Amino acid sequence: MKPRTLIEKLWDAHHVLTAEGESLMYVDVALAQENTLHGFVELEKSGRSVARPQQIFAFTDHYVPTTGRSKGPEGIADAGIRNMVIDLQNMAKKHGVTLFGMDHQHQGIMHIVPPEQGIIQPGMMVIGNDSHTSTHGAFGSLAYGVGASEFAHVMATQTLWQRKPKTMRIVIDGALGFGVHAKDVILALIAKIGVDGATGCAIEYAGSTIAALSMAGRMTICNMSIEAGGRVGLIAPDDKTFAWMEGRPYAPTGKAWERALDGWRALANDTGAKFDREVTLDAAAIAPTATWGINPAQAAPVTGTVPNPAEEKDAKKRAELEIALEYMALRPGTALQDIKLDRVFIGSCTNARIEDLRAAAEVAKRGKAKITTWVVPGSMAVKRQAEAEGLDQIFIKAGFEWRDPGCSMCTAINGDHLQPGERCASTSNRNFRNRQGPGGRTHLVSPAMAAAAALKGRLADVREILN
Amino acid sequence: MEPFTTLNAIAVPMHEANIDTNQLCPTRYNKVPRGPRYREILFYDQRNRPDGTKTEFMLNAAPYDQSGIIVADRNFGCGSSRETAVYALYEFGIRCVIAPSFGDIFASNCAKNGLLALTLPDEQCAAIRRQLQDQPGAKISIDLAAQTVTDVAGKTHRFEIPEVRKRCLLEGLDDIARTQQYSRQIEDFEKSYYGNNPWLPVTARE
Repeated sequence: MKPRTLIEKLWDAHHVLTAEGESLMYVDVALAQENTLHGFVELEKSGRSVARPQQIFAFTDHYVPTTGRSKGPEGIADAGIRNMVIDLQNMAKKHGVTLFGMDHQHQGIMHIVPPEQGIIQPGMMVIGNDSHTSTHGAFGSLAYGVGASEFAHVMATQTLWQRKPKTMRIVIDGALGFGVHAKDVILALIAKIGVDGATGCAIEYAGSTIAALSMAGRMTICNMSIEAGGRVGLIAPDDKTFAWMEGRPYAPTGKAWERALDGWRALANDTGAKFDREVTLDAAAIAPTATWGINPAQAAPVTGTVPNPAEEKDAKKRAELEIALEYMALRPGTALQDIKLDRVFIGSCTNARIEDLRAAAEVAKRGKAKITTWVVPGSMAVKRQAEAEGLDQIFIKAGFEWRDPGCSMCTAINGDHLQPGERCASTSNRNFRNRQGPGGRTHLVSPAMAAAAALKGRLADVREILN
Repeated sequence: MEPFTTLNAIAVPMHEANIDTNQLCPTRYNKVPRGPRYREILFYDQRNRPDGTKTEFMLNAAPYDQSGIIVADRNFGCGSSRETAVYALYEFGIRCVIAPSFGDIFASNCAKNGLLALTLPDEQCAAIRRQLQDQPGAKISIDLAAQTVTDVAGKTHRFEIPEVRKRCLLEGLDDIARTQQYSRQIEDFEKSYYGNNPWLPVTARE
């Protein structure tokens, strides 16, 4: 048999049939959030029901407030936001799907809670009604973000029509430098291949740098695959993955665990398996990174400067730079570290895990915030763990605000958002125009860099604070 | 879903690459139930100033307020998976976006809503955008069955589209109905899948 990549093995394992050039793929678990109401409405309008409710999970994360929750969903002041949370909860109950509602002890972000619970397992096909569903590829699963219609299709049939993606291997080798984290790696990678560098591809991340990363770091990398255009990004499962799985509430136990482990160990690439495209990245060359523009590829080492459109010969690229600098209100040649900030946001499905909060706290304990700084843990479990470790106290002492779990100011729909013209260092995943609120300006950074920015009130090199 | 067969409509050129779904439908409007309100939501933050007055953005005035087609640059519809971006295009009257490439999820979402995400090479998109720039309000034509775009100068460009996507658009076919004819195969698959993976489907330990 032809040697197969991990991506091809996962594809084959879930392939029901091919008709008219499209493949019907079997889905293990599907993840919903408040906006999936559009999908539920569509499903109901068509007179259909959820085929396998046990395999559908609903999360309240996009719309939940991150403070003042004592009165539950009914206590949310804004009626539009309140209804999204309540309607999703009611819809989940009505259709019998598992709900991690606003008052659930494990409430949190749809890309943080399922791995914590062991719902995501190696070898699975995972669907989420959110583009950052690629996060779950960190466990060696084939994880697709889909829109409301495709999600409704999955609910009705437990399958998804797909065309086989091209395969792209990104090999990242070398040790990460001091103060450099997974977020810097993925920002550097997107800057290298571009925001459409992986369009139409499923990405496998490999190499010694990836192997050395924690599961949290791997999730950060896979999470932002979509920011390079890749709908799927994954990493072959290894002993670190299996150690993560063991003992989680939804993980198999006893004999079933042994059997699962055998299956998961067979998921690596076969020797001689070929990818359609290969990219390499030298980890040692990556510095702490920040974006300066309006898409995630517009990034530079924190020691760098804002580019000068006048030096760009290609007219189209020059126009792109001009649009970015105008929106960001930045002058060409400005040192990134001279960019003054109004706000800092530490949170999101990209960077709100316990490891992220530890990295931020390590910096936070060395000073005081000069600007409004929020820490929004990714889940109740992360929140409790951080409090057990005393991280909340470190943040509070440094003048950071310690809040409740949710998507918060990444997607800026729950009432947490920037004011027009405000500039924010953010550990989230998108620096698109108006993303964090109309007129808001976003600089994407790692949690450590975000904490450094908080202490300085400007973009800052975290290495200088830690030294 | 409304079938898509042929279209002759005003086309608006958009020269910027990487127009993301956040621009097509700003996040705060994702909670709006599907319906005519999405006409105003499309490109809301480009079309409206914070004080509520209208900007000079092309779609705000004739002839482009009657656009049925957008001719864009690469990576149109990148970013968030929100299908509300497609609702907004649709309610505005846009039935086709022509671009060198699309965000993968956006392209799928278009297909499920009777909107044609049509791919032409970079140079052809750029040439059509130039024509439209020179003749604001000019119409172009699309014939899905023949897989052709006829530009402002009357030149015909052939485009590729997967056969099944074409058929579903032409017939206005619902995907779920298409899948349900395979329910026996799905059941057979499940039997063998869970036989091979007896620890699945996932269950919480009590």
